[in-house]
Amino acid sequence: MTSATFPSSEPKPSWTRYFSFNTDAKVIGIQYIVLSFFYFLIGGLLAMIIRGELITPAADLVDRTVYNGIYTMHGTIMLFLFIFPVLNGLNNLLIPTMIGAPDMAFPRLNAVAFWLVPIFGTLLIASFFVPGGPAYSGWWSYPPVSLQNPLGNLLSGQGLWITAVALSGVSSIMGAVNFVTTIIRMRAPGMTWFRMPVFCWTALAAQSLQLIGLPALTGGAVMLLFDLIAGTSFYRPEGGGDPVLYQHFFWFYSHPAVYVIILPVFGVFSELFPVYARKPLFGYVYVALASFIIVGLGLIVWVHHMFPSGVAQWMRNLFMVTTMLIAVPTGVKVFAWLGTLWRGKLRLTTPMLFCLGGLFNFVFAGITGIMLATVPVDIHVSNTYFVVGHFHYVIYGAAVMGVFAAIYHWFPKFTGRMPYEGLGKVHFLLTFVGANLNFLPMHPAGLMGMPRRVSSYDPEFAFWNVLASLGAFLLGVSIIPFLLNMVSSWVRGPKATHNPWNAIGLEWLLPSPPAEDNFGEHVPTVISRPYGYGLGQPLVENQAAIERELTLQEATP
Amino acid sequence: MTTAIPPTGSITPHGEGGEGHANHSLTGFIIFLCSESVIFLAFFSGYAVLKTSALNWLPAGVEGLEWRMPLINTIVLVSSSGTIWLAETFMARGNLWGFRALWLLTMALGGYFLYGQAVEWSELAFGFTSGTFGGTFYLLTGFHGLHVATGVLLMALMLIKSFLPGNYAKGEQGVQATSLFWHFVDVIWIILFVLIYVWQRH
Repeated sequence: MTSATFPSSEPKPSWTRYFSFNTDAKVIGIQYIVLSFFYFLIGGLLAMIIRGELITPAADLVDRTVYNGIYTMHGTIMLFLFIFPVLNGLNNLLIPTMIGAPDMAFPRLNAVAFWLVPIFGTLLIASFFVPGGPAYSGWWSYPPVSLQNPLGNLLSGQGLWITAVALSGVSSIMGAVNFVTTIIRMRAPGMTWFRMPVFCWTALAAQSLQLIGLPALTGGAVMLLFDLIAGTSFYRPEGGGDPVLYQHFFWFYSHPAVYVIILPVFGVFSELFPVYARKPLFGYVYVALASFIIVGLGLIVWVHHMFPSGVAQWMRNLFMVTTMLIAVPTGVKVFAWLGTLWRGKLRLTTPMLFCLGGLFNFVFAGITGIMLATVPVDIHVSNTYFVVGHFHYVIYGAAVMGVFAAIYHWFPKFTGRMPYEGLGKVHFLLTFVGANLNFLPMHPAGLMGMPRRVSSYDPEFAFWNVLASLGAFLLGVSIIPFLLNMVSSWVRGPKATHNPWNAIGLEWLLPSPPAEDNFGEHVPTVISRPYGYGLGQPLVENQAAIERELTLQEATP
Repeated sequence: MTTAIPPTGSITPHGEGGEGHANHSLTGFIIFLCSESVIFLAFFSGYAVLKTSALNWLPAGVEGLEWRMPLINTIVLVSSSGTIWLAETFMARGNLWGFRALWLLTMALGGYFLYGQAVEWSELAFGFTSGTFGGTFYLLTGFHGLHVATGVLLMALMLIKSFLPGNYAKGEQGVQATSLFWHFVDVIWIILFVLIYVWQRH
């Protein structure tokens, strides 16, 4: 029966499928990841310009107006064109293979959602070339700054920005509907909710947040666009409008967006620590359920971004408490990972190093997060580099490092080749040192009072800024070994077996790379919980036979 | 190599125990509707915030909103929820012509609603840019009207589909989804009617 599962003489699929409207989730996943790294390079280049400007106190590298456009686009590109697409890429690769589905529930919708990304990406990048330049009101585009249109053109950088963000929302909603439906309805026989890998739990939680939060941002953005081009006054105080209303719409989504980013990374940590510590995940049920507590709480914390925006005192107190409460489910996860690592047989491979580094940075970001939740501290450091340092620790220090861990870990599964360990470790070292050198000095600079979004500053902040800029340049260099590794190992790296890390999971019972319909008609029946490391119980029925078959196939050239 | 999409659920036994796998589309559509309701929630709460905090809510020269015609529209839309339910019942019993008749009636009621909305708009003394009152009024009714139009369009598609030979069984999920969408649009209108026409005092 199993022999039919692995057709051995299939023609090798052409590489051109990566440039076509393909509906295979594994192709779409790689499309997402590769495209997102293209935008990562653009966003990174903008970051280099920002840090180049800030290495001296004077505004001497770029014009001030240009600088405003650069940091706005840096934030927008990194969030909407890098981190969300790269995570959707991981979702596409991992969700169907982890739950034993042949593809996503709606393959065509999936492809449409992907192809929207280069469309709105091009729109956004094109705004560099319209008269007046790109949007310059920061990645949050608060009115009244975002309602300025000095040239009076219908086509402005800000208008393109809003359109791109709205399209990004459409694409993300399509993706979210697809991921949630797939997880709910297409799990392998025997895979009950509490036999589902934590990555799928966190993806489900994150995508639920997208579904609840994104429409609010889209609604707010539509109103902003009308204010900008149709002459309405939803956010214009002179017409009776309320600029703070936009902030509510924006943060009702954009705070949960942080959890959309970090939850799948929690999933990656939960998948990888057991593999490289050779122990079951500590407190699996609590780790899984904590994701949904984070969803619930994450929806009622958004006003902490608006403590200085003139909100009522009771709101400040309420949202301070809810924000601090988030530390509880997050702490549950952190301690579960520590419990997993405790007395484990640690293997310090590249993915494991990225996980450990990511966890370290995340804990640091969590501590500054609690500081920021406190109203008096927040008002003191609001809009300073302390905030910038905090969220870069979350997004780069934890999330991007988690993404790198995931890429190194699952690279052999989906390309059939092993990444090089040496280059990987160099990449890790440069990233870890670079990130900390870049983002740690932002905290003292912020506490001293250095505001964000300025191109010139008081010379007393110079020392910290020089350190941060050096760290940023190190981060810029760190991408070179990564790209080298990805390209060279994909082209001619050593062939990967079906389970090179000796991991437990449905995706590791597929050949590397898997067939187009994954398990096809022969989906194994799941009979135990995931992460049974060291317990000696099989994950699925007939596991020994399936693995023997895979090994036999790998032995025949 | 663009691949053919496997007919939903026919290859692999999905879900726990490998039973039912025919309703992915409906599940996905319900999830989408939940998400779509949040955008209305955003507009509604924006409306409430702007209205309660406004100094001069009504623009100069505007006394309030005429409610008789919208009330007729409300009755039309609510009864169309009933006719679409009846149409679905006919469909379930296999009475295709009964289904088509009531489906068409629902479309007509939806069309009348849009007509009524257009007449109301054309008689108003204020526009989209008349302060936050005008802005939110046209935003809410316009966005809802867009959904009504989408619903009528979906119904037209389903009606055409019912005439294609062999599509009867497959069209059913689309019929269920369209009907669900129509009830959704109806509920949204009732909230909207209360917020805009009933709650006039400032």
